Amino acid sequence: MTEPTVRTAERVDLLTAETSEGAQELRRRRDTQTDELGRELGAVLRVNGLNIDPNSIDYERRDDETMIINMGPSHPSTHGVLRLMLELDGEFVLRTKPVIGYLHTGMEKTGEDLSYVQGGTNVTRMDYLSPVINELSYSMAVETLLGIEVPERAVWIRMMMSELNRMSSHLVWMATNGMDLGSTSMMIYGLRERELILAFFEKTAGLRMNLNYVRPGGVAADLPDGWQDDVQVICDTIYERTFEYDQLLTGQPIFRQRMIGVAPITAEEALALSVTGPLLRSTGVAWDLRRTMPYLAYDQVEFDVIVGTYGDNFDRYAIRLNEIRESIRIVRQCIDMMPRGDYRSQDPKVTPPPRARIGESMEALIHHFKLFTEGFHVPVGEVYSAVESPRGEIGCYIVSDGGPKPYRIHVRGPSFVNLQAVSLLMRGGSMSDTITVISTIDPVMGEVDR
Amino acid sequence: MDARSTRGGKGGNTEVISLSPLAPPGVVTSDALACDVACFPTRDQYFALVESFKNDGFELCSDVCGVDYLEHMDRPLPEGVVGTRFEVVTNLLSLSKKQRVRIRVQAGDEEPEVASLFALYPGSEALERETFDMFGILFSGHPDLTRILMPEEWEGHPLRKDYGTGRVPVQFKEAPGPR
Repeated sequence: MTEPTVRTAERVDLLTAETSEGAQELRRRRDTQTDELGRELGAVLRVNGLNIDPNSIDYERRDDETMIINMGPSHPSTHGVLRLMLELDGEFVLRTKPVIGYLHTGMEKTGEDLSYVQGGTNVTRMDYLSPVINELSYSMAVETLLGIEVPERAVWIRMMMSELNRMSSHLVWMATNGMDLGSTSMMIYGLRERELILAFFEKTAGLRMNLNYVRPGGVAADLPDGWQDDVQVICDTIYERTFEYDQLLTGQPIFRQRMIGVAPITAEEALALSVTGPLLRSTGVAWDLRRTMPYLAYDQVEFDVIVGTYGDNFDRYAIRLNEIRESIRIVRQCIDMMPRGDYRSQDPKVTPPPRARIGESMEALIHHFKLFTEGFHVPVGEVYSAVESPRGEIGCYIVSDGGPKPYRIHVRGPSFVNLQAVSLLMRGGSMSDTITVISTIDPVMGEVDR
Repeated sequence: MDARSTRGGKGGNTEVISLSPLAPPGVVTSDALACDVACFPTRDQYFALVESFKNDGFELCSDVCGVDYLEHMDRPLPEGVVGTRFEVVTNLLSLSKKQRVRIRVQAGDEEPEVASLFALYPGSEALERETFDMFGILFSGHPDLTRILMPEEWEGHPLRKDYGTGRVPVQFKEAPGPR
């Protein structure tokens, strides 16, 4: 029995000294070292070959000329609970530091206590806008460890659902980005279109969000009867409406002025900061895991990888809008090419017996019971499996010790890593541009904090 | 961890290609699942190894995470690698070669510490902070090694295997007492 923890101020000080290296906040200018200032102005500036410009540090600036303000954690345009500490010189942002962790719920720790069967329910709640893709990355990692084959139909169902999910995620992005720029109509349109997709998800998996649909070995259920018509309607409707968005936003002078040329990032900076997804593609780097390191059946469908040129807000907007169209293209091919067959692996190790068998066979009942109480054992090993989420590379690193639960499960959240670009993108911009910068990075705080 | 050339399938990117020549001599390597090669450098070799990979065209540091092997100190490792309690796992990605390498460095038992990759990949900053926060693994040379997900005055490092779950019900900043 350990002694009860007494939370006195001295004890807190002691613990802070023991377990922390210091405060997470942005410090005042006079308390900050020069190299630290340089780092906060954008970590990238210190990389070899990207030499720091001494004029850009302006460390001689006096403390009383600038002001540190807090934005968030519960600011409506931070897309969750992101707290930004901004150092302002009048209207312009000098330094920015994102402070995160307000939504941290220890999902990686939770994942160690869940069996592989239950694990999907955990990862699906991380990036709550792209649940299918989270599950996909997790399931592929488990399948790689198990060495099991997924039936052809399951592969195509997974691919179609991922693309529908990518569309819905980008539609939410279009909606919130429009909202951040003052277009409340876009907010409603984006969410309206997304609802079509979520309704289809509900029909297929039983839930609108947090589906737990993709599971190790296949998918949870076959597509519902008449799914071709449903999906066709979704594709036709949304494809048509992307052109309405074009009319509403793309040519809109106010929208253009707030997006074009704002917060540019170069390819070197993006790569150095490990940025992936639309943020990296906006700089002209055609890196899309679906194309460059194909998984599922992405090598059998036709689609274009959308890249930008300038790496500014507008490029990121245009990439996401066009990725919706490309996803529609993939989904349409999925409708035509969907193979027949099993929707989940027939390997009895991971797949429970069909419902009808449970009523008549004792063995099937025991098998079903064992699978859902104890789970299946996964061979010793470790694997990192990465797929392309709407926000970038989502990776799942699983260490298995041969038991029914992962010994360690780590998810590389794309928004967590992309958020590092904030201080670079905001540097020198005006206060009002911070909103568009956060918006075009598209962080999902559930995934950032996990 | 045996060779898994027979494993594979549509579900995962499971091709195992032996690319051991990727790593400089002196570093223990082995085949890895869904990855081109896994390297097991010592703590001293770690930074130089990552640097050589970077010069070799691995532009992106895609992931840094820690593992606490407290319950599996005798885990299977390639010959010549002495397993320690903590391990730092770094995944590098080459866009030009379309390859991944995984670097597993044994970080130590009592006071785990490895070199920070910040000077090579500034993008590893947040990932290393997270690893420090969750495991207490120190990264020497990291510019701002503070907690990132947990509150500053949190006690302990939650993803360690000897960290009791549910031990302290709520642990936050000192709340002002009733006036």
